[in-house]
Amino acid sequence: MADTQRSDRHRSRLSSGVMSYASMGFYNADYQPSDTDILAAFRVTPQPGVEPEEACAAVAGESSTATWTVVWTDRLTDYETYQAKCYRVEPVPGSDPPQYIGYIAYDLDLFEEGSIANLSSSIIGNVFGFKALQALRLEDLRIPPAYVKTFQGPAHGIVMEREYLNKYGRPLLGATTKPKLGLSARNYGRVVYEALRGGLDFTKDDENINSQQFMRWRDRYLHCMEAVNRAMEDTGEIKGHYLNVTAGTMEQMYERAEFARELGSVVIMIDLTIGYTAIQSMAKWARANGVILHLHRAAHATYTRQKNHGVSFRVIAKWARLMGVDHIHAGTVVGKLEGDPGMVKGYYATCRDNINAIDPALGFYFDQDWAWMPGLFPVASGGIHAGQMHLLLDHLGEDCVMQFGGGTIGHPMGIAAGATANRVALETMLQARNEGRDYLREGPAILKQAARKCAPLQAALDTWGDISFDYQSTDTPDVVATPTAVG
Amino acid sequence: MRITQGTFSYLDDLTDTQIAAQVQYGIDRGWAPQVEFTDDPHPRNVYWEMWGLPMFDLADAAAVVHEVNRCREANSNLYLRVTLYDASRGRQTTALQFIVNRPQHEPGFRLVRQETHDRVIRYTLQSYAAEAPHGARYDGQDSLVS
Repeated sequence: MADTQRSDRHRSRLSSGVMSYASMGFYNADYQPSDTDILAAFRVTPQPGVEPEEACAAVAGESSTATWTVVWTDRLTDYETYQAKCYRVEPVPGSDPPQYIGYIAYDLDLFEEGSIANLSSSIIGNVFGFKALQALRLEDLRIPPAYVKTFQGPAHGIVMEREYLNKYGRPLLGATTKPKLGLSARNYGRVVYEALRGGLDFTKDDENINSQQFMRWRDRYLHCMEAVNRAMEDTGEIKGHYLNVTAGTMEQMYERAEFARELGSVVIMIDLTIGYTAIQSMAKWARANGVILHLHRAAHATYTRQKNHGVSFRVIAKWARLMGVDHIHAGTVVGKLEGDPGMVKGYYATCRDNINAIDPALGFYFDQDWAWMPGLFPVASGGIHAGQMHLLLDHLGEDCVMQFGGGTIGHPMGIAAGATANRVALETMLQARNEGRDYLREGPAILKQAARKCAPLQAALDTWGDISFDYQSTDTPDVVATPTAVG
Repeated sequence: MRITQGTFSYLDDLTDTQIAAQVQYGIDRGWAPQVEFTDDPHPRNVYWEMWGLPMFDLADAAAVVHEVNRCREANSNLYLRVTLYDASRGRQTTALQFIVNRPQHEPGFRLVRQETHDRVIRYTLQSYAAEAPHGARYDGQDSLVS
């Protein structure tokens, strides 16, 4: 009986011509996802007149086996395994034009082991330009442990990085060298030296510092390592500068990374623009060579920021953990760049926690089990300053890197003073937190008191104390109205 | 110079009351305190001497402050630190670490530059104190007593 039904369905499903994606089996409300399926939550905005189930089925179809018409060659395969199934469609309350969250299950057999290029080509490869949709956004992915375990994961991870750097119980501090472009290698190294000797752990190349005519990469590396080592001499601490190895070809990137290693740099960096495969290659290199790998998420906001179209940054953060970087920029909440508090908290949890439980306020559509894959450091960067330390610690926790670029280099008493102000503010706030004080409420008073003994901190508070970037976030959760924090 | 390893090195030296508060914070989270000391504060000297074993299952930070003071009496002119260790799965590492005693004079480090090929310099950091043998560092006041 069952066999007869199945063959009937085969006959109609496989008659030549064009039929709806839903009736081809790409929508199946009875489907029970298996523990090894990759699950996706898409935010779907259908064109007027397109039924939501059909729109979501089309997404499932176009991101797995389907093409626009029936093909008899499906009959040569166990196609019911290979076709993705949309198993649930939920309307988004209050959306106009109407949006729906389509939940789609993909069999693990659809994906190559350990390849984000393959995973992303499948799930976001073709479907985003599909005419039947006004807009489409990949909100979240559930990566089953069976697939997690096919990836290397962070080259070192939070625990190993802390042990390597000999720094515990506090956020790491950094700064991006400014101005971003135009400094000669010698002047650039001066900024690095001053910031590190003043109390930062790291300094950083910016995303677009590669090897331009005003500063070639080799000269920059030599001067930065002189600066790093001088700062280590002055403080007795391990210091690092993220030497950006981003280049036009893999061969050039390897050449730069190997030179950084030869000079004894503890860390290198890459940009997201180099591509997923290049990132995975550099992560393998970083683990093999004992060098920490920092990822700057250059260009991500072109597709992560708009709520109705693109890919959520939480998906990019998941991929980054699988690809194997040790740091990724993940927002500040209080700084100058986009970031709803709940969403940013979710990105940080994606980077750090072993289990991410379903939580609409954090943007988690699924339970994610990382199977104890090490976490990576989320990096807070962009328009943050010492006067926000209580807020930063509350929002971001202590396993993160806080990067104060302008908030260090723009300090009126100089770069080293700016660095000291940040370090004193951080250690003061941690001490207060650990002593059980209500540091969030008392934060400004705690900083003010610390500034009495620390002129650089006083100057920082005088300069930036009132600066905040209070704009409405574009990417917010559907269910909870969370105001942007006021700095 | 002032070595700034450990959390809180940019603040005034912690009082015993402040040390107790930090240790209690760790104990309340199930972390095990350990007192350590060294006559070689090179940043890559991972293994400072252990003052006894980690104090697992401790309820009150006062016992740690007591051990800090005993270690100070025996090694008054050395670096002492308190380490709080988190044995939970996924961590299994130090959770907090801070210096609680310093030599009267901190001689710091010498940066040695070895000029090699093509403008490449090999850097080495050396503790001035470690140029003398154990027992003769920090004006001969270090005895490395454990």
